[in-house]
Amino acid sequence: MGALGELLNGFGTALSPENLLYAFLGVLLGTAIGVLPGIGPAMTLALLLPLTYALPVTSALIMFAGIYYGGMYGGSTTSILLNTPGESASVVTAIEGNRMAKRGRAAQALATAAIGSFVAGTIATLLLALLAPTVAEIALLIGPADFFAIIVLAFIAVTSVLGSSRVRGLAALGLGLTIGLVGIDATSGQQRLTFGIPELADGIDIVIVAVGLFAVGEALWTAAHLRRAPIQIIPVGSGHMSRDDWRRSWKPWLRGTAIGFPFGAVPAGGAEIPTFLSYVTERKLSKHPEEFGHGAIEGVAGPEATNNASAAGGLVPLLTLGLPTTATAAILLVAIQTYGIEPGPRLFDTEPELVWGLIASLFIGNTMLLVLNLPLAPLWARLLRIPRSYLYAGILFFSALGAYAVNASPFDLFLLLAIGGLGFMMRRYGLPVLPAIIGVILGPFAEERLRTALQISDGDLGGLVTPLSVTVYVIVVLVLLWPLVRRLLPGKAAVPVLSEAAHEVEESHSHHGLTESVSAERGVGGEDRTP
Amino acid sequence: MRTASLRKLTVGAVAAGLVLTGCGTTAEGGSASGSGEDGPVSGLRVLVPNSPGSGYDTTARVVAKTMEDVELASGIEVFNLEGAGGTVGLQRLVNEDGNADLLMQMGLGVVGASYTNESEATLEDTTPIARLIEESEAIVVPADSPYQTLDQLIEAWKADPGAVPVGGASNPGGPDHLTPMLLADAVGLDPTTVNYVSYDGGGELLAAILGNQIAFGATGIGEVAEQAAAGDVRILAVTSEEPVEGVDAPTLTDEGVDLVFTNWRGIVAAPGISEEETQRHVDLVTEMHDSEEWQQALETNGWTDAFLTGDEFSEFLGEESQRVQTILGELGLA
Repeated sequence: MGALGELLNGFGTALSPENLLYAFLGVLLGTAIGVLPGIGPAMTLALLLPLTYALPVTSALIMFAGIYYGGMYGGSTTSILLNTPGESASVVTAIEGNRMAKRGRAAQALATAAIGSFVAGTIATLLLALLAPTVAEIALLIGPADFFAIIVLAFIAVTSVLGSSRVRGLAALGLGLTIGLVGIDATSGQQRLTFGIPELADGIDIVIVAVGLFAVGEALWTAAHLRRAPIQIIPVGSGHMSRDDWRRSWKPWLRGTAIGFPFGAVPAGGAEIPTFLSYVTERKLSKHPEEFGHGAIEGVAGPEATNNASAAGGLVPLLTLGLPTTATAAILLVAIQTYGIEPGPRLFDTEPELVWGLIASLFIGNTMLLVLNLPLAPLWARLLRIPRSYLYAGILFFSALGAYAVNASPFDLFLLLAIGGLGFMMRRYGLPVLPAIIGVILGPFAEERLRTALQISDGDLGGLVTPLSVTVYVIVVLVLLWPLVRRLLPGKAAVPVLSEAAHEVEESHSHHGLTESVSAERGVGGEDRTP
Repeated sequence: MRTASLRKLTVGAVAAGLVLTGCGTTAEGGSASGSGEDGPVSGLRVLVPNSPGSGYDTTARVVAKTMEDVELASGIEVFNLEGAGGTVGLQRLVNEDGNADLLMQMGLGVVGASYTNESEATLEDTTPIARLIEESEAIVVPADSPYQTLDQLIEAWKADPGAVPVGGASNPGGPDHLTPMLLADAVGLDPTTVNYVSYDGGGELLAAILGNQIAFGATGIGEVAEQAAAGDVRILAVTSEEPVEGVDAPTLTDEGVDLVFTNWRGIVAAPGISEEETQRHVDLVTEMHDSEEWQQALETNGWTDAFLTGDEFSEFLGEESQRVQTILGELGLA
C-alpha cells in the first residue's frame, strides 16, 4: 500500500469545506493562544475536549492539529516583539529575535519565523507520512544514556554563550542550574529547595523563568534608566525579507528541520533542547558570527524551524505506537479515545481515514498558518513604535497575565517578580542572562537522564556506554579539540571566533547603555580572553 | 463527509471565545447553591488537582457532563489547580471550610502525595463523598523479555533487585510506585532494595518498556492493554481482585501472591459542611451513577465501576491511607 496514495485519500477527507473550516479555526486559535503567554496548546485542547462530543472525530482532530501547529508558531510572535516567550519551545527564539526587533527588523524576524515554520512543518509532515513506522522504531532504541550524551554535547556548546567573563558566565549558569533543582526529586521523592512551599514542589516553569529574566528583568532595568539614558528610537525598517535575509535563512530552516524532527519523535525529546542545539549550530556555522547577540536572522530561522519540526515529530510515536510524548500529544490521545478508538500500533490499519485525514490536514494547516501570518508580520512590527514607557508597561502586564494564567495562582506572580528582580540584579552586576536560562533548560534534563541511565544499569558506569552515546562523545571530543587542531594547522590564522561571539552576547545582554560595572568588568575579564 | 450542522459550529465558536478570554480557567463560578429538590443543582464547582487532560481531569469532566446530560445539575464548572501531586489542590479544598459548592476529584495518587509531600492538609480533613471507578495495575514486560511468567520475574527480582529495574509513570507515592513496592513487600523482598525508575507520563514509560530499557513496568492497565493486544508487550499479571475483561493475564492472587491493589478515583467535598449538604452530594453522585449515560461513559472510557459512598468510602479511605503510609514509611518517605 503506497503511503502517497493513502495521503491523497487523506487530502480528499481534509479538503471538505467543513474540515477546511475547522483547520482554519484551529490555526487561528492556535496562533492566538501561542501569542497569549501562559495558555499553552495543551491547556487549550483540554478545554476544547468537550467539543469532541459534538463533532465527527476527523473534524475534531483536524482542528486540534491546527491548534497544535498554530501554538508552536504563535509563541514566536511575543518572543520576538516583547521578549516574553509564551511557550517553552520559543524561549530560544527570543534571544536573537528580540534583538532583531530592537534594530527595527521585527518584520523580518517574524517573516523568517513564519516561513521557517512552514518549511519545517511541511518537510517534517512529509517525513511523518512517509517514514513514521521506521522512525518510531528507531526512536525507541534511543535510551537515557544516549540522551545524556546529547545533553553533554549541548553543555559543551554552552561555553560559547558564557560571555566575556567566564567566571560570571559560569556563575549565571550555576544560578540557572540551581533554579532547575527546585522541586520534588522524581527518583527519591525528596523535596529540594522548596522551603516547604507546596507551589514549588513541581519545580519552576521554564516559561516563568524565561519571562522573568528576559522581560521583567529588562523592564525593571529600563525603568531604572529611563530618565537618565537618552531615548532610543527603534528604527522602522522595511517590511519584507531582503534577498540577503533569504540567503541567510534557508539553510537554518533545513538544518532546524533535521534537528527538530528526530527530537520530537524520541519520547521525552521535547522542543527545548533541539531549539537550543539549533541556535548554537547556527552560531557556529554562521558567516556572520559577529551579529549573534545583535539580532542574527539565523538565530531566529533555525530554532523556529526546529520547534515546528519537533511538533510534527511528536506525532510519529503517537500515531504509530500510541505513545504521547508531549502534553499536547497526550490530550490528542484522550480526544481520540473519547470516540472509542484505541490509538496504538494498529491505528494506521484500523482507522486509515482518520490518520491520513489528519496528516493531510497538517499540510493544509501549515499553509494556512503561512497565509495568515506572513501579511501580519509588518503589522505586528508596528507595535514596537509604542513609546517605551507604555511598551514596557504592556510587557509587564502581559508577563504577569501569562504567569498567572498558567496556574491561576497568585503565588506565580510573586515568583515572576522575584525572578524578574534576579534578572535586574544580574544586569546590574553584569551577569549574562543567557547561560542562566540554558542552565534551567539543560540541568533537569541532564540530571534525569543521567540518573535514569545509571538506575537502569544499577549504578554501573558501563550503562552510559552505547553505540550512539559513544559516537556523540567522540563528537564532543572533536569539538573540544578543534581549536587546538586548527591552531596547529599551517596556513590558517587562529581566529578566536568563539570568544568574540561570546563577547557579543555578553554585550547584548547588558544592553541599553553599558553600566559602569560591566565596563569595569570587561577590563578584568578581557585578559584571559585575549588570544 | 457529513454536513456541518449550525449547532456544532456554534459550539466551536463559543468554546473558542471562552478560551480566548480565559474564562475557562479563571472565572469564578456562581455562588448560588443548588437548593431545589426537583430542579437541577447549579453553581457546583469541581476542582481538579491535576493538569488538563490528566486522568483526574478526564474523570471530572465526564462526571460533570453526565450530570448535565441527565439534568441532575447545570453549569458545573470544572477547573484545574495542579501542583505537588494534587496536594496544592487539596490544600485549597481544605481552606474552603464550609463551602458546600466545591467538590474535588481525587484518587489514590493524592493519598500518596499527601504523605510524600508532607502536606499540611490531609484527606482526613475533607468530606468523603464517593469512590467512582478503579483501574487495575498491570505488571508488564517487553515482548522479548526472558520472563514468561510472574514467578520467573519474581525469582530474578528477589535474586538481584538492583539488576531488575522496574519503571512506573508516577513519582514516589503514586500508584505506579506503590504497586511494585507493595508487590515486593508481599513476596518478601525489602522495598528499599527495589530499583524504581520514575517516568514522566505513560508515554515515556511505554517507550522504555518497548525499547527494552527496563526489566518490567507497573502501570495502569489502560496504558498497555492495546500494546499487549498487538503483541508488543506482555502482561504477566493484573493487580485487581478479578481478571480484567479483554486482557489475557492472571491476577496476582491467581499467581499465589497475596496482594490486591487498584488505582481508584473518587470525589471528596470541602470540610465543615453539614450532614444535609453531604447527603445531597452523595445523592447527586448516586443518581448520576445509576444513570444509563454513566454506564455508557464507563464503557467508552474503559473504566471499572467501583462505586462506594459516604461512610463506607470514608472507611475505605482510612484503610487505604494506612496502607500507603505504612509502605511509604518503610521507604522513609512518610
